[in-house]
Amino acid sequence: MQKPALSARRLLYSSFWVSPLPFWLTLFFLGPLLLLVWLSFWDVRNFVLQPDFQLDNWVKILSANYFWQAYGRTFLGASCVAAIASLLALPCSLAIGFILSTRAKLTVLGLFVVPFFTSYLVRVYSWQIYLTDNGVISNLLAAIGLETGSLLSSKFAMQVGYVTLTLPLVVVIQSISMLSFDRTLINAAYNLGCGPVRVFFSVLLPGTRAGLILGALFAFIFSFGDFVSPTYMGGGKFPTLAILITDTVKSGQQWPRAAVIAIVMIGTLLIVALTSLKLAYRRK
Amino acid sequence: MVQKFSCSRRLFIKSGAAATGALAMPNILRAQTITELTMLAWYGQAEPDAVAEFEELNRVKITPKYYVGGEQMLALLSQSPRGTYDLVHADAEYVHQLVAADFVEQLNPSDYPLDDFFHEFHKFPGHWVDDKLYAMISRFGFLGISHNLDAVSRKEASSYKLLWDTKLKDKIGHFDWHLPNLGVLSQYNGNEAPFNLSEAGWSKLKETTLELKPQVRGFYDYGGVLSSLKSGEVSVMPGIGEWITGVLRRDGANVTTTIPEEGGLQFTESFSIGKGSRKAELARKFIQYMAGPEGQFRLANLNVFPAVIPSKRGWKRMIEERPEDARHLGMFEGSGNAMDLIRAGRIKIRKLPVQQDLADWNDFWSEYKST
Repeated sequence: MQKPALSARRLLYSSFWVSPLPFWLTLFFLGPLLLLVWLSFWDVRNFVLQPDFQLDNWVKILSANYFWQAYGRTFLGASCVAAIASLLALPCSLAIGFILSTRAKLTVLGLFVVPFFTSYLVRVYSWQIYLTDNGVISNLLAAIGLETGSLLSSKFAMQVGYVTLTLPLVVVIQSISMLSFDRTLINAAYNLGCGPVRVFFSVLLPGTRAGLILGALFAFIFSFGDFVSPTYMGGGKFPTLAILITDTVKSGQQWPRAAVIAIVMIGTLLIVALTSLKLAYRRK
Repeated sequence: MVQKFSCSRRLFIKSGAAATGALAMPNILRAQTITELTMLAWYGQAEPDAVAEFEELNRVKITPKYYVGGEQMLALLSQSPRGTYDLVHADAEYVHQLVAADFVEQLNPSDYPLDDFFHEFHKFPGHWVDDKLYAMISRFGFLGISHNLDAVSRKEASSYKLLWDTKLKDKIGHFDWHLPNLGVLSQYNGNEAPFNLSEAGWSKLKETTLELKPQVRGFYDYGGVLSSLKSGEVSVMPGIGEWITGVLRRDGANVTTTIPEEGGLQFTESFSIGKGSRKAELARKFIQYMAGPEGQFRLANLNVFPAVIPSKRGWKRMIEERPEDARHLGMFEGSGNAMDLIRAGRIKIRKLPVQQDLADWNDFWSEYKST
């Protein structure tokens, strides 16, 4: 007779902890998303939003060349960041996972969290000092005979901004994956005669795949929606979808058209995220 | 003998309450006598450097709601109940829309010292509708070519042709708003009414603008415009004026604004009384103050950015007290000053597009940025 009572209590206990989840998801994700979808069908008359149901906003945005140019640029930029940040992070996370002492690991991981103490905007502004005409980097390059001039307002500067935003996070995610990797598998591979290169590509990379893909995914997500780097490092010269949203709202108060762009962005991120998760956790 | 100090909980609460009451008393008394005046405005218009004296003299606290862009202003007004804003600060191109939407009260011209103003502003077209006054001009400025004097001389900046000069490749910046940029390029194309373009004129303007893109370093917001011009990242910006270079000069930058031979644009700020304001009398007093000599002097030198003022007495004071700033703004005696430029027909008022939809200009600007 005791058993059912215990199960009921456990069920109640679990329900207590689980119940906020659907509440939060509805309040902060599903609700705003539905509102955004609804808004995308509204009209703007004399700069004022009017509830309506018309497809003009969708037609206007999806048939605009500049939208698809911005979409391509944003997708490509975010993909490059995912690749660059992952490659730059890999040696760091390998060192944290397999080379450093426990104390050093904690110190280094702590240092990778420090950038989050400062606003990203401030970090990007400080990059301007390095990249501008007569900035630190162009002066250093000039000293070895390379005249670069200002590096700001370029695709390179934009990538620097994106990597500034994402690299610490990618290092932390990759490091967690490396730290939880079973070292005996590496030893076993060596014992079975594998060289370091084969151990790296056949044992370590597949074994830490989830962390590597998730790190790249986060880099993609963060840079896909970033407004700061394309504006302040790219000089607004390479408009991304985030810039297009602000432009659309700024002139004419076109919130419904901005909603269309936002929905396309959310849809893209969902597809990329789900595909990545499938790749990360698929079984051979 | 040392006397031990003891404080019971009751005594502590009593003393605390008394002390809090004493400290709060001046604020409570002040709050009882101070009137609040609400203002919908561009940033800077209700900061202490602009309104502190008026607040002190009239025991008023001006509470601003700052907006960015005339369209946001119209949207805010339409979403607020009547009487929310006692004062509305607007650019001239939006005043007719304010009147059409019945957002502002009619003003009585005899309430204001219009005789102190240059006669061009006695009946400024943007502020009068059907011979009735709805907005009182507060200050204005010109938009032409702003440039770094180390890189480009005033003589070189005397034509918009400069923008295509090969030595300025990657050195041209844009303030990220289509209206002033397309407006000055329309003047370069020789359009007498730069915002009233036929289909052919509009196509030509788009062509001219797209030809400029290879020269462009970037598109900047207010902060970006300041930092890029100051750092030398950008040497020349069309469609901006002393509202940027005046701020940078205060900071030691060697920059100025030149109005090219093809002409420049004029932006005009004004104050109106919000429809349904329950403090219309006080709002009227504020506009009178801003149109008077002290208000005008303050408006010419606002921290947010300096501007030209329409008051002759204000000019006189500027020339006496701030001759260098006055000269850069074009407020000096003799030929070539700001009023001469207007009288010579070289300055056109910035407007919304007449024959095209505003959205068309916006779409083209997005396309231009993406090219």
